[in-house]
Amino acid sequence: MLASFIPLFLQILMAAGLAYTLLIAAKKLGPKRPNAVKTMAYESGMDPVGTARDRYSVKFYLVAMIFIVFDVEVVFLYPWAVTFREFLTRSPQLGLFVLGVVGVFLAVLTLGLVYDIKKGGLEF
Amino acid sequence: MDITFYFPPLADYVATFPMLVLAVAALLCVVVDIFYNDAKGVAILAGASLLVTLLFEAARLSLPPAKALYGMVYVGGTASLVNMTILFSGFLTVLIAQPYLKRLGRNYGEVYALLLVAVVGMMALGSAANLLTLFAGLETMSVCLYILTALVREKDGAIESALKYFLLGAFSTGFLLYGIALIYGATGTMDLSDFADRLASTNAGVMFWGGTALLLVGFFFKVSAVPFHMWTPDVYQGAPTPISGFMATASKTSAFAAMVLVLGRALPSAQWQTTVAIVALLSMVIGNFVALAQSNVKRMLAYSSIAHAGYVLTGIASATPEGYAGALYYLLVYTVMNVGAFGVLAYLEHDNRQGDTQTVDSLAGTGQRYPLLGVVMAVCLFSLLGFPPLAGFFGKVYVFGPAVKSGLAWLAVAGVLTSAVSAAYYLRVLYVMWMKPSPDDAVAPQFEGVPPLAAVALAGCAAFLLLLTFTPWVMDAAVAFFRDVPAAIVSLP
Repeated sequence: MLASFIPLFLQILMAAGLAYTLLIAAKKLGPKRPNAVKTMAYESGMDPVGTARDRYSVKFYLVAMIFIVFDVEVVFLYPWAVTFREFLTRSPQLGLFVLGVVGVFLAVLTLGLVYDIKKGGLEF
Repeated sequence: MDITFYFPPLADYVATFPMLVLAVAALLCVVVDIFYNDAKGVAILAGASLLVTLLFEAARLSLPPAKALYGMVYVGGTASLVNMTILFSGFLTVLIAQPYLKRLGRNYGEVYALLLVAVVGMMALGSAANLLTLFAGLETMSVCLYILTALVREKDGAIESALKYFLLGAFSTGFLLYGIALIYGATGTMDLSDFADRLASTNAGVMFWGGTALLLVGFFFKVSAVPFHMWTPDVYQGAPTPISGFMATASKTSAFAAMVLVLGRALPSAQWQTTVAIVALLSMVIGNFVALAQSNVKRMLAYSSIAHAGYVLTGIASATPEGYAGALYYLLVYTVMNVGAFGVLAYLEHDNRQGDTQTVDSLAGTGQRYPLLGVVMAVCLFSLLGFPPLAGFFGKVYVFGPAVKSGLAWLAVAGVLTSAVSAAYYLRVLYVMWMKPSPDDAVAPQFEGVPPLAAVALAGCAAFLLLLTFTPWVMDAAVAFFRDVPAAIVSLP
């Protein structure tokens, strides 16, 4: 059974090999002309100011949590939307049922959103 | 595939009625809480839904066990018994926790929503017929309990205990999930009733037994068996006291029930019996001896719950239907006595002396000052000790007896000896409560009394433990029922 995994192991080896080769090639072959801007820590294009170990508002976590919930919702909805047509072509009744199932899921999520708004989760 | 396959029959909805009702009730709790912040009605809604489902499961107790929802959960019979134990624990917890949390100013509506969702997860875990249901139930339960642990978040140690519980719990869930993955890889099935056939037809190799070992680690963590018990005292100490009682009883009941289903039905006993027996021995010895050294009463009860996990594991280690039935009976009794003991501790925190940092010494004289709490505590602790006429004694008979019959006499002897050790710390609490004079400190106790419903719940716990003893017909019915349960477990579809 392990034999069927050989292509996978080869793939891993090739991926690691390529990454290392490129890194080493860039280091050995590439020209180096450092300046102040280039050596600065990269922070998505912003000027790095102060220490990274700063205290920041807990609201960021709140936003992140809310984002995760609705992000996961989208992840669920994509495969559902793809298979929905198949269910619908089999029988409209079945399509309605499957629509109802995902409706329950969305209703529970929406309840979460309403809860969030009413409890002031989106007020800053 | 036939189209009708996609529509679960009406009977399935009836069979899983408790889970559906509680899930809807949890959502309703959230809705009510949105519009009427921390309304009193939320607790009433939660309590009522738990009571209704409890009665519903009681009515289904005599039904033959069956599967529902495409063979994902067991319903009726044994599954109903497990669900009843969980629901009973949840119901008592709502009655006890509502006034307690109100006093702390933490009577949030969310508490009840989380509690109900946790109960749904526990019921899925305890009656899982498929490893997927088992995992989904376990996670649903665990996530809710992590949050409930940190309910009083300003309190010293609450965040610490919640974070510990979360990190270790997530880690152990990883073990369990990896175990499920390996078992699925080796057998190609997640259905518990398929394992026997698959194991007979295929050669179960390292992959399968490695998966089983990881699965066991996950279970041992959830039931806080030694050597996976380290989180228990810290978590029970940091959580609000009635919630500790809920965690100690309902979550253990469901995890043990799932363990009985997986070990008892799906795996040959020859391979796991010794492991479970050794873990049981370690839990009994370490739990009881370390409890002797505790001065904080909640920590002491946490170590005692580790020891009790050892007793239940003794029943499971016997690997006979009688042993499994004994374990389930023990869990029912254990649930009642532990919810009672934690409930009494919760209300003793309200006399403005020690709060929840109660040490054994600070309980001095509480028995005479608050006779109701003193008597309930006495009944619960004597029962935990396994003192003859009380229900805890019969529980121990039912788990140690089958162990002796299946050749684990050494384990039963160890169990009885360590039970004798446990007398030292249980009786010390009672001695201090009843026989030591109350200290004459400047702070006069401002005890508002136990609210009526909580008093009824606590007295109910004590009455339940006595009922099994002093009404022979109840005892007979219980024995008869538990004689039938093993047959039901073995012949589950």
